[in-house]
Amino acid sequence: MVQFTDLTLAGLAAGAVYAAIGLALVLIWRATRIVNFAQGGMLMITTFLAYTVVSDGGSYWLALAVAVVSGLVLGAVVERLVIRPVENKPPLNAVIVTFGLLVLLQGVAGMVFGGTPKSYPPAFGIRGFVVAGRRLLFTPNDLWVVLVVLAVMVGLAAVFRWTPLGLKMRSAAFAPEVARLLGVRVGRMFTVGWALAAAVGALAGVLIAPDTFVSPNAFDATLVFGFTAAVVGGLDSPPGAVVGGLSLGLVLSYVSGYLGSDVVGLGALVVLVIVLMVRPNGLFGRAAGRRV
Amino acid sequence: MTLTETPPARRTRGPWPASTLVRHLLWSAVGLVVLYLVSISLNQFQDLQLAQICYTAIAAAGLTVLSGLSGQISLGNGAFMAVGAYSTALFLAHQQWPLAVVLVLSAAITAVVGLVVGAAAARLRGPYLAGATLALALGLPTLANYHGLRDQLGGANGLTVAPNPPPLALGIDFPLERWQAWICGLCLVITLFLLSNLVSSRIGRDMRLLREDEDSAALSGVRVARTQVLAFSVSAACAGLGGGLLAWVNSLAAPGAFPLTLSLSLLTAAVLGGLGSLAGAVYGAVIVTLLPAWSTDLAQSAHLSQSIYANIPLVVYGIVLFVVIVAFPGGLQAGFVRLWRALRNTTR
Repeated sequence: MVQFTDLTLAGLAAGAVYAAIGLALVLIWRATRIVNFAQGGMLMITTFLAYTVVSDGGSYWLALAVAVVSGLVLGAVVERLVIRPVENKPPLNAVIVTFGLLVLLQGVAGMVFGGTPKSYPPAFGIRGFVVAGRRLLFTPNDLWVVLVVLAVMVGLAAVFRWTPLGLKMRSAAFAPEVARLLGVRVGRMFTVGWALAAAVGALAGVLIAPDTFVSPNAFDATLVFGFTAAVVGGLDSPPGAVVGGLSLGLVLSYVSGYLGSDVVGLGALVVLVIVLMVRPNGLFGRAAGRRV
Repeated sequence: MTLTETPPARRTRGPWPASTLVRHLLWSAVGLVVLYLVSISLNQFQDLQLAQICYTAIAAAGLTVLSGLSGQISLGNGAFMAVGAYSTALFLAHQQWPLAVVLVLSAAITAVVGLVVGAAAARLRGPYLAGATLALALGLPTLANYHGLRDQLGGANGLTVAPNPPPLALGIDFPLERWQAWICGLCLVITLFLLSNLVSSRIGRDMRLLREDEDSAALSGVRVARTQVLAFSVSAACAGLGGGLLAWVNSLAAPGAFPLTLSLSLLTAAVLGGLGSLAGAVYGAVIVTLLPAWSTDLAQSAHLSQSIYANIPLVVYGIVLFVVIVAFPGGLQAGFVRLWRALRNTTR
């Protein structure tokens, strides 16, 4: 029971990060109907930039700001240069292009930063809280991760719900032609969507870096977990990504605790396959109609 | 999902034999002769590279049938190669069966695994399928590290495979690498022969129809799910054979041999050669196999550091995938076809 509590708390902390990455994927999917397989590469680059700041003596907070800002810029640049040519093309094209970008970024990072994993400092202490004389596996840093992710989600929901920018972005994604007629710059909204998503990804990268370390392919598994979170939630629904991320975090934590940490990747695969077998459009997704 | 324009079923013209089967047999014979001539003019290291090209081409050809013909993407064929490699390693370690039997069995086992994955995948489209196969590529090789299976699968160190020496009839100092190149080349030719017959059969036509328009295909009586699962299974069988040869040539089946980069290089080979083209899969395999060696040579002559040249292939893969998809959707094969037509028209 004690182990169960520990695993549950650890699973929630990890799940919060998966939820954030899933959310980034959902944002991009809603805007451009593309699954961004380069997300893992983009957040790897921004985390490397943050690492450079930290290792040069900068503070954690400065590094976090650098990561988020560079994420915004990288997201916008990638959408303009790489994604624009494959928007509204067959889905296979976008999959191959974003996958290609993932490898390109990994190759460039390997050239610039080398392949050795680098350790990244956590924001707060990593000794668990003591409750009723027993030390939990839940640390102040875990609490920080959960709170940040929650704040980001509430913030994003508010932007989409109540700001003019959010309204324009929703209209551009929902009905591009009508939105364009009403004066919304649809292309620019797509760019903003990608920038926002990349910034959320960058944040998630810094949050998970103390656990995964930083190296060109340290975030491969994180990308798959984020994708699993997004798909479990239906790929179209931000609350779905959050639910998917948290439940995936719990399942993987139990798998790791009871079966061994070596098979966590396999656990994600099993979760993904089971959910997709039962509901091919995810838990919160609506079945897509096909027109003949 | 049109990426390549498939020409209509080729009519016989000029000197080509009327029967598709005879034509494919002729091409296979030509392929065997070319491989023989190439292999005897190479040194041992180059023969090893030839063997690597052949097993990569087998897996890439399977992927091109899946993605190019039936329109399903797989980022996970590296995982199928792992299944084939481990099957081969286990059979060779525990049974005294001849290599041919072991390889056929490994391909069959991987085909069954592909059938299971394909049954799940047939419900998925586009990005969902890509993500699920990506999870497969990352997840399945970690099974070898699972503590319950570590004794059977050897953990991170993997299983070693004893290389069988070339038959004594070839002479006592016949190089092992050339023998490996011959076996892999033979397997490649057989695979391409079978696949090209499949492609020009009714099933191949069903697959192409499916890729162009799933709903029309279903309305014209194509059994959508069954054809998709079959394509997955065929593709997995090819990857399994390629993986089995990989384990046999390198004398090792280990999780480290099946990183995400492997699945990626297969996809690059298929896309670069031209999705849907078997010949394209072969050119693509030649390039992705030789690229790391070329970039190492280049970097050493330019005195670049190890971290630079080790990553040149990745950067090239990324750029190639983007450029081919955006600018040259037919890949190399479409370019060759265009060049050939231009030449024929000028000489006529």
